[in-house]
Amino acid sequence: MRKVLFMALLLSLAVYSDLPGGEKLSVPYTRFSLSNGLTVIVHEDHTVPRVSVNIWYHVGSGSEKAGRTGFAHLFEHILFEGSGHVPEGKFDQWLEAAGANNNGSTNNDRTNYYEDLPANALELALFLESDRMGYLLDAMSAEKVDGQRDVVKNEKRQRVDNQPYGHAWETLSKNLYPPEHPYSWSVIGSMNDLSAASYEDVVDFFNKYYCPANATLVISGDVKTAEARKLTEKWFSDVPFRSPAPPIDPVPAVLEKEKRLVLKDKVQLPRLYMAWLSPARFQPGDAELDLLTSILTEGKNSRLYKRLVYDLQIAQSVIAYNDAKKLSGEFYIIATARAGHNLAELEKVIQEELDKLKNEAPAKRELQRALNQYEADFYRRLERAGGFSGKANLLNSYFYYTGNPDYFNEDLARYKAVSPKDLSAMANTYFRDDARVILSIVPHGKTELAAGKGGTK
Amino acid sequence: MMKKRRLFLFISSIIFTSTTFCFAQKPDRSTPPKPGPASSLKLPSLQQFSLKNGLRVYLMEKHNVPLVQANLRLGFGSVDDPADRPGLASMTMDMLNEGAAGKRALELADAIDFLGANLSTNAGMHHSDINLNAPTAQLGKAFSLMADVVLHPDFPPDELKRIIKQRLNTLVQNHDQPGTIASVMFNKTIFGASHPYGRSTAGDEKSLRAMQVKNLLKFYKNHAVANNAVLVVVGDITRSQLLPLLEKYFGDWKKGSVKKTVVAAAAQIENRVIHLVDKPGSAQSVLRIGRVGVKRSTADYFAIKVMNTILGGSFASRLNTNLREEHGYTYGAGTYWDFRPTEGRFLAYSNVQTDVTDKALVEFMKEFTAIREPVPAMELQRGKNYDALGYPGDFETAANIAGAMHEMITFDLPADYFNAYIGNVLKITAEEVNHVAKKYIVPEKMAIVIVGDREKIEPGLKALNFGEIRNYSIEDVLGKIPDLSDLK
Repeated sequence: MRKVLFMALLLSLAVYSDLPGGEKLSVPYTRFSLSNGLTVIVHEDHTVPRVSVNIWYHVGSGSEKAGRTGFAHLFEHILFEGSGHVPEGKFDQWLEAAGANNNGSTNNDRTNYYEDLPANALELALFLESDRMGYLLDAMSAEKVDGQRDVVKNEKRQRVDNQPYGHAWETLSKNLYPPEHPYSWSVIGSMNDLSAASYEDVVDFFNKYYCPANATLVISGDVKTAEARKLTEKWFSDVPFRSPAPPIDPVPAVLEKEKRLVLKDKVQLPRLYMAWLSPARFQPGDAELDLLTSILTEGKNSRLYKRLVYDLQIAQSVIAYNDAKKLSGEFYIIATARAGHNLAELEKVIQEELDKLKNEAPAKRELQRALNQYEADFYRRLERAGGFSGKANLLNSYFYYTGNPDYFNEDLARYKAVSPKDLSAMANTYFRDDARVILSIVPHGKTELAAGKGGTK
Repeated sequence: MMKKRRLFLFISSIIFTSTTFCFAQKPDRSTPPKPGPASSLKLPSLQQFSLKNGLRVYLMEKHNVPLVQANLRLGFGSVDDPADRPGLASMTMDMLNEGAAGKRALELADAIDFLGANLSTNAGMHHSDINLNAPTAQLGKAFSLMADVVLHPDFPPDELKRIIKQRLNTLVQNHDQPGTIASVMFNKTIFGASHPYGRSTAGDEKSLRAMQVKNLLKFYKNHAVANNAVLVVVGDITRSQLLPLLEKYFGDWKKGSVKKTVVAAAAQIENRVIHLVDKPGSAQSVLRIGRVGVKRSTADYFAIKVMNTILGGSFASRLNTNLREEHGYTYGAGTYWDFRPTEGRFLAYSNVQTDVTDKALVEFMKEFTAIREPVPAMELQRGKNYDALGYPGDFETAANIAGAMHEMITFDLPADYFNAYIGNVLKITAEEVNHVAKKYIVPEKMAIVIVGDREKIEPGLKALNFGEIRNYSIEDVLGKIPDLSDLK
């Protein structure tokens, strides 16, 4: 991510629902393509005089080559440093002078950029986005790469190296996937690979992945569709067609055994991570695992929170998270022990609860409570046009993962179709004791607080 | 639906062919497109009324999404904590939804979650908030639960014991967090350790261990009365729907007399001292630099907002451009002001890589000095536009609007405050910006707090000759790591 954002990084998937009165909820849009291959999606929302421009390039850290981990994200940073008709520094200055906010982010699957701006300044965002799509290399230099390399290294220091438990995520990814799998390395990459990134890499990456045909542009907000179309054609039609690199063809995501790892860190309390591979986003089982995160750790009555934090009071916190992506998903349970308690105690209780879930379907009401929360969250997402979680980004996300930008009802239907028995079935399928990563992060000198070696069950 | 859309796309592609023809020539990229005239903020009208018991209610209707945000603000906060009982307001507010009207904590949580509602309770410095977000269809039930929490909290002793334990563990965890350590140190330094803005709002080990139900009950009873509260409602509901619900659920809330705590202004920082907290092995140094700022009621408010945007309040601001874009020392740098009833903080912040800590401080001081010079017209215009033209974006969600309304009410801002905001920012002059920069940004009178690896950074800091360097351990700042072996 390019800028500091004080928000939770674990965004749960928005799930949409029927409006009261049974009216189908939909986010109407118009879609068209330019001859250079750019797909454009326009949604009108006249609530406030603002408009959001949201562009997805269908490339993320998953497309990085060996020795260049972190490059997709470094490239995202470089995209703000000016282009053929935008001198360095002006991208942000011009937008701020128009009253706009903007940002970009990179994950394993894609890189996105947005500008949220007064409706009257829409054309400025289209000019800037089209200029960097068409003319980035006209203004590229080795110095720009160096400058953002330093910034990104500091982003890594801030997010990973100087954070308690900060090295958990790269350790988990590395151990969940085979080394050739593109999800086995972290989006931020390694310091060595960041040091190695060159000007030539920028040229190569741009030509391969930042083609109009590999991007989707959403315009959402206080704009007439015809006007949005006219302006898009005006600014993007001179971006030449370039043939994008073929999609990656990865080795299968397979984990065939249980791995138990211990990391030492400068922390006071030990933390346990239990991780499994889960289905790719929108694949069978994905909705069930999303709902299982709620059943396990959402609210005081959720199973793991209630046992570990509320009843036994041996954990300070527990969260479950299903990170479903294009090629595969990951399901995490993360629990921090309280002072005086160890991770073996936590693991034992978590295992008991998982086994219970596998053997016995949850009560209907328990599932309904989770569904009701999902449904309300759906409405909450609809309030915002822009940013990383507004409608513009959702339209792009649904389009990328399902081919249908207005997938809101279909998405909801996945969740509503889930029965308590399905939850147990998926718990059995995915929460395997013999195919998972158990990571303990313990204070230096206190390895005795780690989870056990396993095999005792 | 699918079929219809396909047909539409087919037609649209024909339109597309013809429009492409119109723009076959390249667009003129020599200058960025100019925005059209700025649109003013047009908010739905603000409705105001009171319940029979004196509870003030403000309503803004917003019907685009079937949700209602209802934020109840109580006129007490951490500044009301007795000197020997820091953390009392915060513990009291945390305990509100741990049992109410005979419902146990789990029952209450289940009922709220089942509605798809969110209900949060939180103590601030001068105010405490109980915020509800609920689907319109569930609003009656949600208000009923909210009223239980506000009017009839039970403060069950076993739940208090649990929450204290939870919070003591948080105190332990704070020792890991460089940002938390820096903030605690900065507040202590600026305001003094016993000033309401300088002490811990969460409480310390001693006060938490001594916290009893009777303390919370008494504190809440003395402060939480209908005439010491304001309810802001924003969302998909009309006044005629809302009023009977409120009378039904909040009509029994009693009035009472409340003693208001007046917070005295802290003494201004009159020298420059580096407060260095040692955290060996840190990959970065966490920096907090600043001094006592202003009250919310200051006449300089809009000039400060604009000056701050230019100095460190946006991505293209001087500090971020300098430290991040030009030097690559950091992922981000900026400045921030608290606007409180009594003078709050001005603070500049960044996390910089360890080996450039001294160099980064030099750049901070350079920018503090430079902002005292007249600001070029283009930069001034950009700063004003960023604040003013971006303002309508703060009114997209019901939660954002409710927050803005509470600010207006809390600080007794004029009724046309929102509508006048854009004009008030745009009329700020270069002289006014220069005036507030000179008045408030005084580089040689700043407290500098650094949390980082002392061994690596102290020699460079000494060579700067920026003033005295005082050294601290993390325990000097946060106190001893609580020994919780008795609480297993």
